[in-house]
Amino acid sequence: MLAFLIKRIGNAVLVMLTVAFFAFLIFRFLGDPVEMMVNESATQSDRDELRARLGLNEGFLVQYVRFVGNAAQGEFGLSWRNQQSVIGLIAERFPATFELVIIATLLSLAIGIPLGVFTAIGRGRWWAESLQFGSIIGVSLPSFLVGILLILIFSVSLGWLPGYGRGDVVNLGWWSTGLLTQSGRAAVVLPSLSLSLFQITLVMRLVRAEMLETLRADFIKFARARGVRRRALWFRHALKNCLMPVVTLTAMQVGNLIAFALVTETVFQWPGMGMLFMQAVTFVDIPVMAAYLCIVSFIFVTLNTFVDIAYAVIDPRLRAA
Amino acid sequence: MQFKRILATGAALLALSLPAMAGTLKWGASRDISSLDPYSYGDSFALGVLNHSYEGLMRYDRNLKIEPALAASYEIISPTTWRFKLREGVKFHNGADFTAEDVQASLLRATNPKSPLRGNIPAYKGSRVIDEHTIEIDVSANYPLLLNDLTTIYIFDAGWLKENNAEAPTDVGSGTEGYATYHENGTGPFKVESRQPDAKTVFVKYDGWWDKPQHNIDRIELTPIASSATRVAALLSGDIDFTDQAPVQDLPRLEAASGQVKLLEGTDLRTVMIGFSQRDQLLSGAPNPMKDLRVRQAMQLAIDLDLIQKRVMRGKSRNAGALVAPLIPGYDAAIDVPVKADPEKAKALLKEAGAEGFEFEFNCADTLVNEEQVCQAVASMWSRVGLKPKLDQGPRAVQTPKRSAGKVDVYTLGWATLPMLDTYSLTSQVLHTKEGSFGIFNWGGWSDKEFDKVTEASAVELDRTKRLALEAQSLKIAKDHALMIPLHQQPLAWATSAKVADFPLFSDNLPRLWLVKM
Repeated sequence: MLAFLIKRIGNAVLVMLTVAFFAFLIFRFLGDPVEMMVNESATQSDRDELRARLGLNEGFLVQYVRFVGNAAQGEFGLSWRNQQSVIGLIAERFPATFELVIIATLLSLAIGIPLGVFTAIGRGRWWAESLQFGSIIGVSLPSFLVGILLILIFSVSLGWLPGYGRGDVVNLGWWSTGLLTQSGRAAVVLPSLSLSLFQITLVMRLVRAEMLETLRADFIKFARARGVRRRALWFRHALKNCLMPVVTLTAMQVGNLIAFALVTETVFQWPGMGMLFMQAVTFVDIPVMAAYLCIVSFIFVTLNTFVDIAYAVIDPRLRAA
Repeated sequence: MQFKRILATGAALLALSLPAMAGTLKWGASRDISSLDPYSYGDSFALGVLNHSYEGLMRYDRNLKIEPALAASYEIISPTTWRFKLREGVKFHNGADFTAEDVQASLLRATNPKSPLRGNIPAYKGSRVIDEHTIEIDVSANYPLLLNDLTTIYIFDAGWLKENNAEAPTDVGSGTEGYATYHENGTGPFKVESRQPDAKTVFVKYDGWWDKPQHNIDRIELTPIASSATRVAALLSGDIDFTDQAPVQDLPRLEAASGQVKLLEGTDLRTVMIGFSQRDQLLSGAPNPMKDLRVRQAMQLAIDLDLIQKRVMRGKSRNAGALVAPLIPGYDAAIDVPVKADPEKAKALLKEAGAEGFEFEFNCADTLVNEEQVCQAVASMWSRVGLKPKLDQGPRAVQTPKRSAGKVDVYTLGWATLPMLDTYSLTSQVLHTKEGSFGIFNWGGWSDKEFDKVTEASAVELDRTKRLALEAQSLKIAKDHALMIPLHQQPLAWATSAKVADFPLFSDNLPRLWLVKM
């Protein structure tokens, strides 16, 4: 088990190093940050001096090695645009993204699972088939479009929910939460719905397929013959047997949601990590981009590692691999 | 009984919350300021926002004329020395008195080698405190534009800077954060109450402001909304009261909602123009035909400004004949006559110069209004007279390095003369020969002795009338040589909710909320 863990952690470090390497390879094509930092009246020598001070004259390998060296000591430097410590900036934005992703995940489970069960037991009926058909929309509509549609309907036409921002937040230590205020809870509805739409349809389709499988199993037939009520049969006995893959999928998708939240965050001006990253790209803010990519890949690797460890605990055959 | 109590509580709460709401202006900008420190990032927008809290010795009034702010008066005691009498009784937001020491400390901070704003006051050499409310500023030569420069050099409290170890601007290379990034202490009409980056920055009215307030705003909430569709939606649903970036394509929609939204339209100070490489060779290695005046004139004659104005800019832009907008000092109406399109004459000129059908790269970025469409339109007009432009379009961060390295044949440029607001900004930085601090944006490598002489003469002429005449003369030379092709002044569109009564529109695209009545 220890060897397995060490191996996985080694893998994780390797993945992060590779991500950072490719990131620095690409940064050169994003343009010149100095042009964004100085104003119109700066002289050429001012520009050159700043470029030298930021170490931009050196090749990307030198910049990469310096970044890794500093990162190993926990130093990610200052954002060139905000002049704040990069770690501070990301820590400040992480709660917003995390809350958004958790609520989107809960929404996808709370809506996706019952829908999956209903479409399975109503298979062949018109309403189940139309739900199943409708779920294609959820898979195929891009999330920025969904976001704009939601804003148009619920914010502009109906005026029920705010269309941007995070509302008022309460600080609990370094963690800021919007869930404790009325305006914060109202603000989270549209972005989380827009983020979870894809996830809802994914969960729904998965549950439906698993349910159809399970409902054919012998123990369901026996339970039915014994006179177990249908509701209990579906939701207690059959559903429980379908949840294992759903849990795996959800755990894996949390990483995806964190990474893809950046589209939703841009549309809804949600002050999270994705928003920060988008701005960093516009302004060629290399320290922020590099740190963000490392942290997101770290989250991915950690989640995958946990899933693998959980599997290994359950299934001894995987431990040797 | 229970129900009644709830109603009563509700009414009481409403009564409590209403007065607080009155006088709150929610400003939905297209981006956030990066820091509360005005000397952090060379960015006109951030300087404009922070002008609500920080002030310079001079400022712009309702008509974009310079007027004294923290200075009470000034005199030029020798060609290189200016003496400023400072306003008395001014207090910083932390209660400290405003004195000449503060001005000196701020000038030092702005001109620190690590300050990105150093270029905003290029002629500064040093300063002397004469007494508590008098300071002398030395400049390197006769320098008529010091007052313009001082509008963006905001004054900090010297004691506050010292206490918080923020006397030098924050250096991103060093890795230590600065106090002024998170805290504000100016003399302006509003003070910063709280700030969450990218979410909300709240300004509240400063009761101790030295000037008599013309505004009736108690509170400004600045919220950046980067996505323009979301911003328009927020305005329509009443979530914001004002935006300084109403997207051109959504203007008809906002106009249709006239009950809830007021549109403020005008033309920006930014003049969009096209520049040419004047090097011996094109990027392809072929000899450069654009060194010939007739070729440049032909390229200008090929462009149909009216068509661009009508189709691409949806009738919202103003066709330009000069390289600066009418409001900029140095502008001359006699020069500002847009060139009429004449493709036949263009073809004839190209034939005469022996430059028919040459190929060149046309470098376009993404920062101007509808820049992509403008470039496509211009390129197709050039194709019509037989030229072969190759469009190279990309984001500003990618295109600018190519441009400043001179790796361009033909390029677009938008120049608003900010923050100086004077023709000299264009003539010295865009058109003057590239040498020293001159001609940084002279990407085409143009050089003309006569032009440089006139421009340098205007730089040291302290008599305003003579100076403006010299600047107009430089613009005339530029026009006669077809140095750059002016296209238009961009449209400027702000929008407010119906509850805002008086909102002056500024063509430098910087809202000044201390002049706004709700």
